[in-house]
Amino acid sequence: MVNIRELALDGERLVSGHRLCPGCGLSIIARAVMRGTKDPIIVSNATGCLEVSTTIYPFTAWDVPWIHNAFENAAATISGAESAYNVLKKKGKITKNIKFLAFGGDGGTYDIGLQSLSGALERGHTFVYVCVDNEGYMNTGIQRSSSTPMGAWTNTSAVGKAHQGKEQYKKDLTAVVAGHHIPYVAQASPHNYMDLVRKAEKAFNTKGPAFINVLSPCVPGWKYPAQLTIKMAKLAVDTCFWPLYEIENGVWTLNYNPGPNKKPITEWLKTQGRFRHLMKPENAHIVEAIQKNIDERWEELKKWCGKN
Amino acid sequence: MVEEEKLKGWKDVPIGGKILEAGNSRKYKTGDWRTFRPVHKPELCTNCMICWMVCPDSCIKVGKVDDPNKGKKGVSNNPKLGNFGGFDLDFCKGCGICAEECPFKAIEMREEKEFKEE
Ligand SMILES: Cc1ncc(C[n+]2csc(CCOP(=O)(O)OP(=O)(O)O)c2C)c(N)n1
Ligand code: SF4
Ligand code: SF4
Ligand code: SF4
Ligand SMILES: [Mg+2]
Repeated sequence: MVNIRELALDGERLVSGHRLCPGCGLSIIARAVMRGTKDPIIVSNATGCLEVSTTIYPFTAWDVPWIHNAFENAAATISGAESAYNVLKKKGKITKNIKFLAFGGDGGTYDIGLQSLSGALERGHTFVYVCVDNEGYMNTGIQRSSSTPMGAWTNTSAVGKAHQGKEQYKKDLTAVVAGHHIPYVAQASPHNYMDLVRKAEKAFNTKGPAFINVLSPCVPGWKYPAQLTIKMAKLAVDTCFWPLYEIENGVWTLNYNPGPNKKPITEWLKTQGRFRHLMKPENAHIVEAIQKNIDERWEELKKWCGKN
Repeated sequence: MVEEEKLKGWKDVPIGGKILEAGNSRKYKTGDWRTFRPVHKPELCTNCMICWMVCPDSCIKVGKVDDPNKGKKGVSNNPKLGNFGGFDLDFCKGCGICAEECPFKAIEMREEKEFKEE
C-alpha cells in the first residue's frame, strides 16, 4: 500500500467542474475509491446526487466510461456490463483487465435498488458496489430513507407537535449484504482515507462481488457548516454510530476500536441541525434510546469480530 | 461559468444523450461559487497532501520535483512523492475543508471580496 503523497501523483478519475454542493462528501469518497486500482474502470451510477451533479448535460466529470441507467438498477447494469466483458474476453476481442464499479446512494441501495443489488450479489458477478450513504434522499430535497437515523428531521420525517423526526432505527445494510456471504464486505468512512483506499483495493482484487458501505456527510441534509464534512464522518466513527470493519471470506475484523474513548452520541447529534430538536429536555428519552441502540449494536459487532 | 460554446442542434446530439468527451466538465468553471478563498502559508506547509486528499473538487494541484516549492520544508525531490502545488481557483468552491483539515494550519480562508481587484 502506497502513501498519500504517492497516490497524489496518480491523476484524477473524477475531475473538477461537477456541481455537487461545496463540501460534499460524495466526491471525496468517489475519488478515493477509484484510487484502489490502476486498471481501467467502468462505472455504473444509480440516480442520486453523485450521478446528477457530475453529469449535467453536456458535461461529465467522469474521466472513465460511465453509465447511468435508472434509480433502482445500478447493480443490474454493472452485472450486464461485466457479463458482456466476460464473453468478449473469452472470444479474444478484449485483452485488457477491466474493473467494474457501481455507485449508489442510500435511497438507491438500502431501498429501491436492494433487490437488484441482492440479485447481482447472489449471481456472483465480479464487481465492486459502493454505497455512498448520506442518510436520505438528498438529490430530491432531503426525504427520509431506511438509512436515515432515528430522530433525524427530513422533509418526510417532520418535527412538530405529533412527531420528533424519524421514528425508526437505521437499517443495517452492511449486515444485510453480509448475509449474502460474498467474499468481501466492508464499512468505511472518508475521514480514514487510507483505510478507505485500502478497502477499495481489496474490493477490486476480489474475485466475485465486493461491497463497501461508506458514510457520506451531506451539508444541507445534515445541516452543518461545509468545512466540517470530514469531522462529521470522524465523529460518527468515534461514537460507534458508524463502526469501521470488514468481512473477508466470512472472517469479521474490526478496523477501529475507540475503546474507552468511545464518545457519547450527543457529540455527533449536537453538531447537526437535523437533530437540533433532540437537544430539548423533553426529547432526552429519544437520545437515550438512540444511545442504547448504538451500545447494543456495538457490543454485538465486537462479538462478531471476536473482540469481547 | 461555461466556456463559450455554440449550442448543438438536435441532429448533432448523440443518441441517448451520450457525452462523448470524458472529463469535459473541466470546461464548466465552478470557481465563481466561492465566497471564501483558501490562501496558502508556505512557511507552515509540510507537503503532507492531506488537503489534496479531502478536497471534494480536486482543486489542490499536485506539484512535482521541479516546482517553485522546491527547497521548502518537506518538499521532496523524490519523483514518487507529490508536493503541494497550489489551488485551482477556477474550480475551488471555497468550502474550507482543506483549511479545516490541514494539520499545520497552513491554509487560511479569506473573504473573496478582498481579492476582487486582482
Ligand atoms: C424510479 C425513480 N423514482 C424516483 C426518482 C426520483 N429520484 C431521483 S434521485 C432520488 C433520491 C436519491 O437518493 P439517494 O439514492 O439516497 O441518493 P442521494 O441523492 O441522497 O445521494 C429520487 C427519489 C427516480 N429518479 N426514479
Ligand atoms: S445535497 Fe448533500 S450529498 Fe447532495 S451534493 Fe449537496 S452535500 Fe452532496
Ligand atoms: S494539508 Fe496543509 S501542510 Fe499538508 S500539504 Fe496541505 S497545506 Fe500543506
Ligand atoms: S476550499 Fe474546498 S474546494 Fe477549495 S481547495 Fe479547499 S477543499 Fe478544495
Ligand atoms: Mg442519499
